[in-house]
Amino acid sequence: MVKQRKLLSIPYYLWILLFVVFPVLLLLFQSFRGLDGGFTLTNIQTYFTSRVYLTMTMQSFLYAFLITVLTLAISYPAAYFLTRTDNKQLWLLVLIMPTWMNILLKTYAFIGILSQTGVANQMLEFMGIGAQPLLFTRISFLIVATYIEIPFMLLPVFNAIDEIDDSMVYASRDLGANEWKTFLTVIFPMSLSGVRSGIQAVFIPSLSLFMLTRLIAGNRVITLGTAIEQHFLVTQNWGMGSTMGIVLIIIMFGVMFLTRKRKKGVPVK
Amino acid sequence: MKKLTTLALLILALTVAALAGSRYIERAQGTSGSDVFHLYNWGDYIDSDLIEQFEEETGYRVVYETFDSNEAMYTKIQQGGTGYDMAIPSEYMIERMIEEDLVVELDHSRIEGLENIDPDFLDLNFDPLNRYSIPYFWGTLGIAYNEDMLEGFEPESWEDLYRPELENSILMIDGAREVIGIGLQTLGYSLNSRNEAELQEATEQLRGLSPNIKALVADEIKMYMIQEEASIAVTYSGEAADMMWENESIVYILPEEGSNLWFDNMVIPHTVQNEEAAYAFVNFMLDPEVAAQNADYIGYSTPNEKAMAFLPEETIEDEQFYPSEEMMDNLEVYEDLGLEYTGIYNDLFLEFKMMK
Repeated sequence: MVKQRKLLSIPYYLWILLFVVFPVLLLLFQSFRGLDGGFTLTNIQTYFTSRVYLTMTMQSFLYAFLITVLTLAISYPAAYFLTRTDNKQLWLLVLIMPTWMNILLKTYAFIGILSQTGVANQMLEFMGIGAQPLLFTRISFLIVATYIEIPFMLLPVFNAIDEIDDSMVYASRDLGANEWKTFLTVIFPMSLSGVRSGIQAVFIPSLSLFMLTRLIAGNRVITLGTAIEQHFLVTQNWGMGSTMGIVLIIIMFGVMFLTRKRKKGVPVK
Repeated sequence: MKKLTTLALLILALTVAALAGSRYIERAQGTSGSDVFHLYNWGDYIDSDLIEQFEEETGYRVVYETFDSNEAMYTKIQQGGTGYDMAIPSEYMIERMIEEDLVVELDHSRIEGLENIDPDFLDLNFDPLNRYSIPYFWGTLGIAYNEDMLEGFEPESWEDLYRPELENSILMIDGAREVIGIGLQTLGYSLNSRNEAELQEATEQLRGLSPNIKALVADEIKMYMIQEEASIAVTYSGEAADMMWENESIVYILPEEGSNLWFDNMVIPHTVQNEEAAYAFVNFMLDPEVAAQNADYIGYSTPNEKAMAFLPEETIEDEQFYPSEEMMDNLEVYEDLGLEYTGIYNDLFLEFKMMK
């Protein structure tokens, strides 16, 4: 039995080796290669001494942070009220449905909505505010990115809240807690695992949204993804591109670490 | 467990069916086999009627694949794994590809109709004696603007783009050499500057242009200009021709300080599998009538002298698209900068993108 299990696990180990370990090692190896192909530390040195790259990293971080906060602010209440509705699976499906559509299609739809003569501006004009330049602004970028990321936050948060045993809530009520207090001391702490996975699922991809930065923000918002794409496709400086990839991976580990599951057990007073 | 097995088998069956289906379609369409011609070209850069005509005349099946930058094309051809029979890169990239042996030397005895090409476009620095490449189109970088939206103001130079009243209204082509080049040319330097001080100065100069930039995009410029999303764009001549076709208020000019002159030439990459078809295509495109039809459709300028006879008079007399000798002297061709300076240009470009 044990032998059979070992045998069955071989494909998975192979998979991890080929598609996880090997590419990361390759990236690491490339990041130590200079333009001439020789071993060098200049890429890392350039990265940490370049005002441009460091500002760009800070900007990526800032935008990813804002996008995550916005998605959480919208998704958490939505998920909470969803668990309280009668047909929650149906409503969840409705909210998740946009992920069935290709992301590029959604982006192009937003271009239509946000353009000078688009629906958004028609509404503004109708309300008497008048048409505004909406496309190619930071606000639009945040709105569209948030919209695209919402399902990835909503789903884990919903599952976490939904899993909470109703008897916990009843117990809290029986012990005299009002609705708000119940939420704060029972529901919210118990849903944190969902929030954590939501943050990981949203923050990390948001660091390198290079397609949205170009199509919606007109390259007026620059993230690390833009620079990585440029190094691989334009400057042929794969070493520098890989170095940035490694930096992204390190940031991701940082996020995972900060949002890791802490040891269970509520301190007893 | 039984359910799981059924599901697994079902997925497997569907995969096999899809694979067989796509094979069948490929064969039916003839996208594999010896009579296929793989053309690797810019998006929307040939009249599709001409592809049909070529297929009818020669019996080859054309597989048309597109790229959106010279660099992306270069990477794909250099990495191998592709079977392109013909590619149409720009001059500085051809220079690099020749240096790195990525293109096949042409056998001129198999080429007919090279005499149709204007001698001005032959034997240029990037490919002396046209040993590797045959002219396809040429064009310029310039300013396209919407007369109605600008209300009387007519930009004539790069300098004019810095005006404060143009705040947040310029769509800029998303290319490092183009944008840094504007800074360089405004200051009177060469587009191929390899002088760090000049490049720094150009970037500082561009700081003044940054507030006027609405967006840095590429192919979308055409659509946005037609829809009047913006009033000014820095773009290529052929793109501008398309815009003018769709929106009559748009005008294209070459800036006073000069601009970039570029050539896209046909080359046979080292990945070639069907050389026969590649030569057939070169000869087909050299035909004056074909070249004229293509130029009329795409809007870029044709290097084919004899094709001029088949083009409408207003087209060939338009100085913005077929500039006079004197204007041509003001234009500069990109040279391959080498990897180090390509990197420097691109880092400065990133810096520019982050201004504002």
